[in-house]
Amino acid sequence: MAYVAIADRDHEHHLHDPQTFITKYIWSQDHKVIAIQYGITAISVGVLAMILSAMMRLQLAFPDVFSFITPNNYYQFVTMHGMIMVIYLLTALFLGGFGNFLIPLMCGARDMVFPYVNMLSFWVYLLSVIILMASFFVPGGPTGAGWTLYPPQSILPGTPGTDWGILFMLISLAVFIVAFTMGGLNYVTTVLQARCRGMTLMRMPLSVWGIFVATILGLLAFPALLVSAVMMILDKTIGTSFFIPAVLSMGESLDHLGGSPILFQHLFWFFGHPEVYIVALPAFGIISDLISTHARKNIFGYRMMVWAIVAIGALSFVVWAHHMYVSGMNPYFGFFFATTTLIIAIPTAIKVYNWVLTLWQGNIRFTVPMMFAIGFIFTFTHGGLTGLFLGNVTVDLPLSDTYFVVGHFHMVMGVSPVLAVFGAIYHWFPKISGRMFNETLGKWHFWLTFLGTYSIYLPMHYLGILGVPRRYYANGITDFIPESAQTMNVGITIAALLVAVVQIIFFVNIIWSLRNGKKADSNPWGATTLEWQTPDTPPKHGNWGPELPVVYRWAYDYSVPGQSLDFIPQTEPHHGHDSVDDEDKDKK
Amino acid sequence: MHMSTLLIALLTAVIIGVFLVRHLTAKPWLTVSQPDDIGPLQIPALKVGLWAFFACITSLFALFITAYLMRMDPNHASDWYTISKPGILWLNTGVLVISSLAMQWARNAEKSENIGGLKTALAVGGLFALAFLGGQLIAWQQLKNSSYFDIANPAVGFFYLLTAVHGLHLIGGMYVWGKTCFRTWRRTTIEKGRLSIELCTVYWHYLLLVWFILFGLLLST
Ligand code: HEM
Ligand SMILES: [Cu+2]
Repeated sequence: MAYVAIADRDHEHHLHDPQTFITKYIWSQDHKVIAIQYGITAISVGVLAMILSAMMRLQLAFPDVFSFITPNNYYQFVTMHGMIMVIYLLTALFLGGFGNFLIPLMCGARDMVFPYVNMLSFWVYLLSVIILMASFFVPGGPTGAGWTLYPPQSILPGTPGTDWGILFMLISLAVFIVAFTMGGLNYVTTVLQARCRGMTLMRMPLSVWGIFVATILGLLAFPALLVSAVMMILDKTIGTSFFIPAVLSMGESLDHLGGSPILFQHLFWFFGHPEVYIVALPAFGIISDLISTHARKNIFGYRMMVWAIVAIGALSFVVWAHHMYVSGMNPYFGFFFATTTLIIAIPTAIKVYNWVLTLWQGNIRFTVPMMFAIGFIFTFTHGGLTGLFLGNVTVDLPLSDTYFVVGHFHMVMGVSPVLAVFGAIYHWFPKISGRMFNETLGKWHFWLTFLGTYSIYLPMHYLGILGVPRRYYANGITDFIPESAQTMNVGITIAALLVAVVQIIFFVNIIWSLRNGKKADSNPWGATTLEWQTPDTPPKHGNWGPELPVVYRWAYDYSVPGQSLDFIPQTEPHHGHDSVDDEDKDKK
Repeated sequence: MHMSTLLIALLTAVIIGVFLVRHLTAKPWLTVSQPDDIGPLQIPALKVGLWAFFACITSLFALFITAYLMRMDPNHASDWYTISKPGILWLNTGVLVISSLAMQWARNAEKSENIGGLKTALAVGGLFALAFLGGQLIAWQQLKNSSYFDIANPAVGFFYLLTAVHGLHLIGGMYVWGKTCFRTWRRTTIEKGRLSIELCTVYWHYLLLVWFILFGLLLST
């Protein structure tokens, strides 16, 4: 069949050229502008969540000093911090931000296939953020139910924010899911439909693979959160009893005869575990590309990497109940979920090995993005290993709800994805802005963040083994926790405040470089993938000028023997002697 | 959990597996290919988008149904009192079937370029869908006025919830139906009109199927 790229088929030609300032930068349908809108919004709420964590740390280190942090406030901070970080920062940033920016550029498309829906996706996301922020100002304040929102405590008096806060939270989540679905349908369809000539699925860069599979996970898993949110809203507002059991509240028995809180937990974690991978898979993909590019070596085991992403995505739907060991379950279920949890470690470990093997004998350039990528390998491996502990029922039971868990999940889905985000921002900043950032500041940012976060979370594992419980406003005096634990808490807090302040270096660097950075040429890292081959930097509306690119090879032709340059862009046709190389490879 | 959920999951896994084996076994570092023979699916993007949307809302309905079954399970809680369902649901089901048939008729008329038939069929399809929604509201009212009505009974809660979620999806469909009608009456972009009639019809059939499943579930429990 004669090939006509989607964007060039007449009846699907959607590119509305923006005319005014408003249509260009605000009400924009251009995926790059939408990506930046998503990015700025997500990072702004992320900063708020970081400030909340600083307040929590202050309270934990100096329990009697801050009279303005009440126990109720502490719960509210924990909850809002957790939810914002997981959903409104990381999910939105990886998929709405990087997904939007990278998919069309890396696949060789002019834009997303449904630009209008894409634009709506951002505005609906913004609405969900506004609703969430509004919950800080309603009577009773935001919900303090923990980011897991377990009923019945999340909607019965006693927990802060059960009047309005919880409703705002649930509604905001529902709105977020609508936004995500609009974006997600775009990402999936664009990857399937709008790739340029020659871009087979197996020639896509791993960043696109990670984002693509993560989006599929989101489309299948977010409905579980929607279902539980809707049912909880009804329990709260019109008195159904889906989740609320027969219960005494404030000394009075409520009308409910027997709802099932466990049902909520199943629904929540059926979403919640894939959510971990919604955040992790894009990070995996991005890290793979950063490592390969900055080590000037093809990614080790590309096909294995793709399969691992797909396998992890599939397996992530059958491990959810490892979050519910303490809720009690049939021992056979416990056995099943422990087993699947351990199995998922196999493809994950394959990925880590492949990153390390890519570095092996590579021509490593210690650029700022590369440092963040290598940092990611450390933190992720670390968090992954403690995950293996927690996946086992008998080990999890004593450690559950202690600081061991806090240390574990911050390593694996707090620090690691954030390092990937920073690495990615530094890596693509020249393409996004057309300017280089300041290397020295970038390196300071890396080392302080990397060492700083390590000194926050490593000691937490130790506290957890001592038995220090999580989600506690103050530990008070107990027999099993030695006083020295409090000294460690002070140390952790100092590190946390340091890490928070250090982020200023990042913002200063970015903002300063936007205006004063050295002008970037179109491919400063010598990368092979399509986004570095655009005619303009930053790419103009429509990305490619009059002609779409054509792809002749995979995304990892680095340091091909016998070539003058150490990279060959995907758009470069095979020449005579080049294909001899290929035959050579074939024989091996 | 439940055998049916497991079976559906297995089936999906097999289908996806077959797709993967077909597409993901290439060795991209070896191929010296001309780009012409390979590229994305030659299907309109909207159609792929709709199928992706189906995957998403199938997950949504499947989860609602799973929640329903788990909540019924006496091991979870024992306050489920079966209610008698409003008889009008049978009538509504018939109405929705007619609506779906009419949409199919519209699609056939479009294929055979029968403009008159197309307009009538579209109108019938939409009006019967509206009638279905009205009928569902009456069913809500009937249950509300019956002695079974007790919002704390999960059977009642789920009845409203499931019908509402299904109805909302149909209302969403009515928006597209409206746009399709607008295009058909204006008759400007034939190509695009054709696609939206096709997609609208597929969506209608999908929602009919979902309704059969939900209705069966409600009746049998
Ligand atoms: C500056 C970096 C950060 C610091 C200092 C920090 C600190 C904290 C603290 C003190 C808690 C409460 C522990 C407790 O009392 O139980 C917490 C909870 C949490 N954090 Fe972070 N955090 C940071 C970054 C992140 C990031 C990037 C994520 C993204 C995934 C994240 C996700 C969570 C979650 C999900 C919770 C649990 C909330 C709950 O228990 O309901 N944090 N964090
Ligand atoms: Cu999990």
